[in-house]
Amino acid sequence: MKKLRIRNIDQGAIMKLNKILKNAFLITVACLALSACATSKKSTGQMQGDVYTGTDTVEYLASGVPDRVFFATNESVLTTASRETLRKQAAWLRKNSKINIVLEGHADERGTREYNLALGERRANAAKDYLMTYGISSDRISVLSYGKERPVDSGSNPLAWSKNRRSVSVKAN
Amino acid sequence: MIRIFLIILFIITPIRAFALIEVDITRGNLNPLPIAVSPLSIDENSRKNFEKILKKKNIGSEISIVVERNLKTSGLFNPLSKDAFLQEPDIANLKPRFEDWNLIKAQALITGKVNFVDDKLRVEFRLWDVLAGKEMMALAFTTVPNNWRRVGHIITDKVYERLTGEKGYFDTRVIYVAEEGPKTRRIKKLAIMDQDGENNKFLTLGNELVLTPRFNPTSQMVTYLSYFRNLPRVYLLDIETGVQEVVGDFPGMTFAPRFSPDGKKIIMSFAKDGNSDIYTMDLENRIVEKITNHPSIDTSPSYSPDGKYICFNSDRSGYQQIYIMKKDGSNVKRISFGRGLYGTPVWSPRGDLIAFTKLHKGKFYIGVMRTDGSGERLLTENFYQEAPSWSPNGRVLIFYRETKTNDKGEGFSAKLWSIDLTGYNERLVNTPTDASDPSWSSLLSN
Repeated sequence: MKKLRIRNIDQGAIMKLNKILKNAFLITVACLALSACATSKKSTGQMQGDVYTGTDTVEYLASGVPDRVFFATNESVLTTASRETLRKQAAWLRKNSKINIVLEGHADERGTREYNLALGERRANAAKDYLMTYGISSDRISVLSYGKERPVDSGSNPLAWSKNRRSVSVKAN
Repeated sequence: MIRIFLIILFIITPIRAFALIEVDITRGNLNPLPIAVSPLSIDENSRKNFEKILKKKNIGSEISIVVERNLKTSGLFNPLSKDAFLQEPDIANLKPRFEDWNLIKAQALITGKVNFVDDKLRVEFRLWDVLAGKEMMALAFTTVPNNWRRVGHIITDKVYERLTGEKGYFDTRVIYVAEEGPKTRRIKKLAIMDQDGENNKFLTLGNELVLTPRFNPTSQMVTYLSYFRNLPRVYLLDIETGVQEVVGDFPGMTFAPRFSPDGKKIIMSFAKDGNSDIYTMDLENRIVEKITNHPSIDTSPSYSPDGKYICFNSDRSGYQQIYIMKKDGSNVKRISFGRGLYGTPVWSPRGDLIAFTKLHKGKFYIGVMRTDGSGERLLTENFYQEAPSWSPNGRVLIFYRETKTNDKGEGFSAKLWSIDLTGYNERLVNTPTDASDPSWSSLLSN
């Protein structure tokens, strides 16, 4: 049983805010890296159905190996394009056998928080299953759902939502 | 700190069942009852003592302001402006001149007195029926001076109960998630405050993402989801000691926790290999039980107040719908059949209704239905809102609402709102930061 204490912040402890911000910095940097493209330029992406097909937010694990796949609303089915991306990831993972990955599953903001946590987990697992069929051992893949907590695009429109319905493969080591 | 000394010293007059004024809370109240809240009278010596301790010039009128704000927020009462009051507080408390109060159209009157006694705050108050010219209730409390706001809430609860016939919900707190920063990287902390937004306190530092806090029945413990070390798990937090611990040893994400009505179990979802099912864990013997077993997403479980049934959210039909089942997971029955998607079912503390979030044609609704799914009523519509939580008397829902951002993705905010079961009296709940995932405590004093 893990036990840890958390302190109450009372008036006097507001001074510790600096420290908090410093701790939050790491998360912030990670998120900035994810969202840099999304926020810096106006979207030129498109959608097929309501699945995002653009490259605005996509980063690369290695040259030619996109880091993410996108989903339709409420769906966790992999599209043809998603499968292609995941096959590239699998090939890259086979070549770099020491690298493990975390699959981060996400949902858009148009759903209730708890359901979206489950949906993010389902999406990341859809990607995981596909990688496994291409020979990547399950011990090298962990899954982390963020639900709708970490959008890449803060817009409230169908295009922004399509970018946020995603599973992102992140190097774990 | 949390504990209050509340001693009802004596009931000056026993409550009698006269046919005096009554407030009907079963329908939208378009004619709130005009009520006068006379500032509580205070002698000079007491006033000075409290001024020294509490840094408030006149604690008698401060308490009456708390009462007045509560009554106004309830939507059932219309507190009259003090400028119109003709009678001094001390005299009014002894024997109101009903003609004077009648003149300003007050139908009910609250008077009272504050004393500094042995370093304690002693408050007595009376509720009068102006038209009948009768005293309806008289009570006295003694507590530590720092509890002065709670005294105001308790007075409101007593008045509310006397006039509506139902328990109040004012001496309560709300635990919620305080939010700051841009939408793409929100910093979230657990926070707790009085029901009226006062005495706000942060309970976590914001180092890790925290979501969906919920009180246990005694409101001393909270269960919530934390991303501590990037492992989303259900935690338990003792509000008084600050001790926090992981609930159970699950090899994956646990989420959507709630307490059972007896406080002995936590019910939650556990997600593994793309499938979320509902589990319970007994907090005493740590025994884990699997309640649902279905390849769909089963989440957002909530017990009926008698603990015999569970309502939950599942997409086993293809889309998010509301289901109920027996506490052991048998007799699963879908109850939501309207158009759209349904989520976040929460069983009313009265047992008769289930509140939910509904998504239909791009709009989000907070609504209620009977436990068999009949009688669906939508209370409020917006761009985005979800996660209703019941007031302990089952008359009011608190939930959160998010705004639509502009073309540049700016202008995001999340706030707490409350609405009556009648669909009237929708109000913004003040929080120092943005806020979401509210959970209403039980009545702290009974």
